[in-house]
Amino acid sequence: MTLESLKKTPTKGPPPRGESPATAGGTTLPEPPPSAEKRLLRHGMMPHMLCPGCGHGIVFEAMLRALASRYEQLDDVAFVAGIGCSSRVVGYIDACTLHTTHGRPLTFATGLKLARPELKVVVVTGDGDGLSIGGNHLIHAARRNVDLTCVLFNNEIYGMTGGQLAPTTIPGAYTSTSPQGNAESPFDAARLVEAAGATYVARAQSYRTREFEDLFLRALDHKGFSFVEVMTDCTEYFGRTNRLGNGADLLFSQARVEPAIDADLAGRSTLKEVRSTPVRPVLEMGVLHESSRPTLEESMKLSGAGS
Amino acid sequence: MPVQQLEGSRAVAEAVALCRPEVVCAYPISPQTHIIEAVGAMVKSGRLTPCEFVNVESEFAAMSVSIGASATGARAYTATASQGLLFMAEAVFNAAGLGLPIVMTVANRAVGAPINIWNDHSDSMALRDAGWVQLFAETNQAAVDLHLLAFRLAEELSVPVMVCMDGFILTHAFEPVELPTQEQVDWFLPRYVPRQELDPEAPITIGAMVGPEAFEEVRYLAHLRLLRALTRVPELASEFETMFGRPLGARPGSAVGGSLVTSYRTEGATTVVVALGSVLGTVKDAVDELRTEGHPIGVVGLTTYRPFPAEALHGAVEGAHRVVVVEKAFGTGGRGFVTDDVAIALRDHDVAVHTIVAGLGGRPISEESLRRVLATAITGDLPAMSFLDLDMGAVTAETRAVRPL
Ligand SMILES: Cc1ncc(C[n+]2csc(CCOP(=O)(O)OP(=O)(O)O)c2C)c(N)n1
Ligand code: SF4
Ligand SMILES: [Mg+2]
Repeated sequence: MTLESLKKTPTKGPPPRGESPATAGGTTLPEPPPSAEKRLLRHGMMPHMLCPGCGHGIVFEAMLRALASRYEQLDDVAFVAGIGCSSRVVGYIDACTLHTTHGRPLTFATGLKLARPELKVVVVTGDGDGLSIGGNHLIHAARRNVDLTCVLFNNEIYGMTGGQLAPTTIPGAYTSTSPQGNAESPFDAARLVEAAGATYVARAQSYRTREFEDLFLRALDHKGFSFVEVMTDCTEYFGRTNRLGNGADLLFSQARVEPAIDADLAGRSTLKEVRSTPVRPVLEMGVLHESSRPTLEESMKLSGAGS
Repeated sequence: MPVQQLEGSRAVAEAVALCRPEVVCAYPISPQTHIIEAVGAMVKSGRLTPCEFVNVESEFAAMSVSIGASATGARAYTATASQGLLFMAEAVFNAAGLGLPIVMTVANRAVGAPINIWNDHSDSMALRDAGWVQLFAETNQAAVDLHLLAFRLAEELSVPVMVCMDGFILTHAFEPVELPTQEQVDWFLPRYVPRQELDPEAPITIGAMVGPEAFEEVRYLAHLRLLRALTRVPELASEFETMFGRPLGARPGSAVGGSLVTSYRTEGATTVVVALGSVLGTVKDAVDELRTEGHPIGVVGLTTYRPFPAEALHGAVEGAHRVVVVEKAFGTGGRGFVTDDVAIALRDHDVAVHTIVAGLGGRPISEESLRRVLATAITGDLPAMSFLDLDMGAVTAETRAVRPL
C-alpha cells in the first residue's frame, strides 16, 4: 500500500485543450439520449461547479439514477447537506434541499425528520464535513438510530478548500497540509458508524456505480440510521498533488485494490502493468452491517414514524 | 530590508515565521487557508524548529490546542475566518479569560446564512468583546507589522491578540512588502517568558471555577489588562520605528503609519470619515477628490479597534462637526458597531455621527459611489444610517413578493 507505486502509472492523459472528450481522437460521438435522472435536476443551476473528472459527479449521477428509478418526483424526499464539494451537489437536485453549516447536516436533518417524520430524509456529506468537524454528530445520529439515510462522499481530502489533510487521508499521501506525507492514521468511516449503532452500513465506490445504486436504494428502504460511504476521487487536489493522473486513472486505482474487479479487467492493457500494486488499503465493499432496532421516532412515538 | 512583491497570505506567513512560533494549528477555511498552508510547509521543512504544526479537526479544536500549548508556555499561533471564528467562539472567550497570549489572524469574511466567502467584517465584529485585542490592517505591510506587534503586546500584557485583515482584498493581493530580518525581530520580540505555566515541577491549576465572590474582580482585572494596550501600543510602535527604521504599518517608501489611529488630511476638516481595514485606501482616494473640489474633509483609520482608542479618536477628529463611519458590518435591527463606539467616545463633542454600511459579502466599494455619498454628507443630506449602492428595486420586489411589510 504505497503511494509511490501508483505514481508510475501514466495511463491515458486528458484530451488536449480545446478538444472535447467526445471528439478527441477524431471520432464524433452521438449525443446521448435524454436520461430519466435528468428530470430530477435543477437545470437552471447548470453548469455545475465540479471539476472535470471529479468522482463526486459520477456518484451524484448514480444517486439521481437510483432516485429516478424509485420516484417520479421528489416531493416527499428532503435533502440536507453540509459544506464541501460533495455537499454542494444537493443544490442541483430538484427537491426540498436544506443547505447547512460545515459539519452540521445531520443535526439539521434530525430536527427536520422529527418535525416531519413522514418525509424521506437524505443527508449528503463529505469526509471533512461528516468525519472531521461534524464527526461528533455522525456518531450521535447513528447512536440514536434516526430514520434517515446518510451518504458520505469519501475522497480522502478536503476538496473545496484546496486539498488539505482529512481524517480519511491514507498514510503517506501528500496534501497541502501534509507536505511531507501524511503521518496520521485515517478513520474507517463505515466501521466507526457501525460501532456507534447504525443499523445499516454499506460501502461503495464511484468506480462501480451500479452497485452504489443498489446499496443506496437499500439504504432508502431501511428503517433506522442507514449509512453509505462511497469512495470517490478529488482529481484536482488529491490526484494532482499525488501525481496520480486524471479522473480515469483514479477510478482504475480504485478498481485495482479489488480482486473481483481486477479479474474482470485482466485483459485491459492499461491495468496490466500495475495490477499488483494497490495504493489504497483493500476495503470491503457492499453491505457491511444490517440490523434492526427501534428508531428514534418510534421510541418517541411520533406519528408518521416509519412510513 | 529589501522590498518584495508578496501575496498578503505569504507575507503574513513569513512574518509569523519570523516570530518563532512553537505551536501552530488551524483548520482550513477560505480566505485564510494560504497562510496556514505556508506556515505549515515551513514547519514541516524544519525551518521553524522547534515548532509543531497540528492538523486539527475543527476551528474549535484549533483554538483549544492553542490554549493548551500556550498554557505550557509555548508561543501559539492560529488563523481562521468567518464561520470558523464563530465556531471557535467558546474557546476564544476562554483564551482571553485565561489571559493566554495567543495570536490569531482573522482573514475577514462574511458570516452566513446565506453562505458567502467574500470579505466583510461581520466575523471579527461578532467577537469584538471576547476580551482580545483587535488590530485591523490597512495594507499587507500593515498586516506584517501588526503581527510582530501582536506577539510582543500579547506576551507583555497576557492578553490574546487578533490581527484582522480583509479576506481576498489583502490575503490574495500582491503588494510590495518589506520583511524585517530575523535579528531585528529577535530584538523586538524577545523569547516568551510566561507569567505562569503548567509545569510538573511546580503544579498549578489553570481554568478552575470562580464563583460570585470573585468573578467580577477577575473580569475587572481582565478589563484593566486589556486597557493597558492603549498605552502600550503607541509605545511599542515607537520602539518598532526605532528598530525597523519606518513607522508601524507604513507602506514601503512612505513615512505615514500609526498604531491606535491614523490620520489623513484632517487639518481643518469639518467632516471626518472613520473606517478600518483596506477600505481606507478607497476612502482616501474619494477624500482626495473632494479636497480638490475644496471640501474640508479628512480620514481617520482605526488600527486598534479593541480596546477602543476613544481618547486618540477625540484628538484625531478635533474640530469636525460631522463624522461618517464607513462600516463593513452592522447589527441587523441596530446600527453600525463602530458607529456606536465612535458615538460614545465623542458624546461630549457637538458632532453628528453617520453610518454608511458598505462592502457586505464582498460588494465592491467604488471610489465613485463613496465620493457621491460623502458629498451628500458635506451638504447635510446624508441620513443617520445608509447602505452604499443598495439595490432598492430588488429589495422592493422581494418585500412585495413575500408579503407587504
Ligand atoms: C466552520 C467552518 N470551518 C471551515 C469551513 C471551510 N470549509 C468549507 S468546505 C471544507 C472541507 C470540505 O471537505 P469535505 O467535506 O471532505 O468535502 P469535499 O470538498 O472534499 O467534497 C472546509 C474546511 C467552513 N465552511 N466552516
Ligand atoms: S476540488 Fe476536488 S472534490 Fe472539489 S470538485 Fe474539484 S475535483 Fe471534485
Ligand atoms: Mg472530502
